[in-house]
Amino acid sequence: MGCPVNASDRPQTLAQKLIARASGRPAVVPGEIATCRVDLAMFHDSSGPRRLKPMLADLGAAIWDKDKVVLVIDHYVPEADDESRRIVRIARDWAREQALPHVYDSQGICHVVVPQHGHIRPGMFCVGGDSHSPTGGAFGAYMFGIGATEMLSVLVTGEIWVRVPQTIFMRWSGRLAYGVTAKDMMLSMIGRYGMNGGQYQAVEFCGEAVSALSMNERMTLSNMSAELGAQVGLIAPDDETRSWLWQAGAREIEVEPWHSDEDAPGVRHNFDASTLAPQISLPHSPAHARDVDDIEPTPVQIAYIGACTGAKLDDLRAAARVLAGYRIDKRVRLLVAPASLHDREAAEREGILRRLQEAGAELLPSACGICAGYGGTMPEDSTVITSIARNFRGRMGPASVQIFLASPYTVAASALRGRITDPREVLWDGETESTR
Amino acid sequence: MDKRRTSGTALLHRGRRGRAGADTSTASIGHRVWRLGSDVDTDALAPGAWMKYPVEVIAQHCLESTRPQFALEVRRGDVIVAGPNFGIGSSREQAAAALVHLGIAAVIAPSFGGLFFRNAFNVGLMLLTCRDADAIADGERIDFDARSGWVRCRIDAAGRELAVHAPALACEQIPDFLLDMVEAGGLLPQLKGRLRTTPS
Repeated sequence: MGCPVNASDRPQTLAQKLIARASGRPAVVPGEIATCRVDLAMFHDSSGPRRLKPMLADLGAAIWDKDKVVLVIDHYVPEADDESRRIVRIARDWAREQALPHVYDSQGICHVVVPQHGHIRPGMFCVGGDSHSPTGGAFGAYMFGIGATEMLSVLVTGEIWVRVPQTIFMRWSGRLAYGVTAKDMMLSMIGRYGMNGGQYQAVEFCGEAVSALSMNERMTLSNMSAELGAQVGLIAPDDETRSWLWQAGAREIEVEPWHSDEDAPGVRHNFDASTLAPQISLPHSPAHARDVDDIEPTPVQIAYIGACTGAKLDDLRAAARVLAGYRIDKRVRLLVAPASLHDREAAEREGILRRLQEAGAELLPSACGICAGYGGTMPEDSTVITSIARNFRGRMGPASVQIFLASPYTVAASALRGRITDPREVLWDGETESTR
Repeated sequence: MDKRRTSGTALLHRGRRGRAGADTSTASIGHRVWRLGSDVDTDALAPGAWMKYPVEVIAQHCLESTRPQFALEVRRGDVIVAGPNFGIGSSREQAAAALVHLGIAAVIAPSFGGLFFRNAFNVGLMLLTCRDADAIADGERIDFDARSGWVRCRIDAAGRELAVHAPALACEQIPDFLLDMVEAGGLLPQLKGRLRTTPS
């Protein structure tokens, strides 16, 4: 990957260093436009082949480097109707025609599957055909979402422009209390700064509370940078990153160069993790965040643990910690869609899936499913609490559906009680930090 | 609405026309305004339930949850003036492409979702970032010049001709390569041109 030579005397942000490397320049300055070489282009069945194939044919052009392309079929699987079947068939046929070397079909959601197969490493410059692509920032890669037309341009040229961003440092000191998660950190930040608070700049999460997070939890932070309106959500890689990626099969993992210099330019916000309460976002925006104990104990009919944001292995573990040995409220349906087959199998081995099912959970396929809002619809006037990233009106079908966003702990606790519940009320008293 | 169109100023486009036949000029006058609120998200512009269909179908459902008459009544050359954070949400560029399909000449707002901003220019939709967009009302007719960076009310909602007397509201400068992209009708026509001139 090559150590970035800091030709500038000025301290540099991680974002600047990543863009400088990708644009082949010694240093870049916030505000300027840089053309970057792309190390990885990821797309899925919805944004990918069905849109790219005709445009690529129209251009009469070839893919610049197939080894740098990853296709994940996750949005329209399992196929529910003829249109879905058509879209998925296009993706499969095209993958074969193009002889794409990296295709993950019905293996789970792209933002989780791609790093789990070792495709993302610190220092890389990546694009994804999906808005939650900033998830790659959890590994110290510059990764952001783009639309299908721009993906076509990347496929043909191997390049893309970016405006070098300012960096907004979100520094979290202290340690999260038991039952409080990265999801709560994100909802509180989105609540405070709004859905465009990131102003399409780079957000960098740092501080001891961030360093203490597992990679799954860091992925949740970077993932929801999308809801903060940032282009990327970066976390400087460390030993935790290295060992997680090694397990995932990545090699040549270099973490040392990829951090912001001390006194690097940027806006700085400070938070205390130890005082953060579990958060909940009210309909119909992630920005409507509150402390969960500040709202009325609203009855819920559906509790949904799913999506790239909220159904990774650590999320499933959290739900199981709340529910093990109990039955959910009879008036609630608890739906669980593990984010990837990898996480599903790991949860199976750990006995988590069994515990969730014994508590009354229904297991759904590992795909985008209900979260994509592409069909899985909820009944009229129902109230849903979910670990996904978005609660826009109509996201789950009828406009009358009320969607509340929360952590997997809070979703599980609410399923247990049949109403929105602070998970700290139901987590075992005897359970402490050390058992996490 | 039709009456106002003919009695007012006809759509006089000074700029060039894009390949796709859309109004892709960077300066033009007399656009009828659709006023929308803040935080208009991509799910509202391109509802998920219709995402499996082509953009022509998605466009018929554009904004149906917020302005049910929009897709039925919008006319080629109309503009959207919205509150902050227009286009937040998903990467689906159908959100922008649906507006192009419906003939929207530009969206004017104090701020845009970053991903939507890129997508819009890529599919040939002009966006003007105008801090004072709130000063523009529903049903007004406006002129804009994206290269010079201003937008101005030409005919107010009561039908009064203001011509050049209304104050010009400043818009953020847009990089030339993005303006060129919109004029070309988007990134795809530009790529085509580039591939044609570069022997492979």
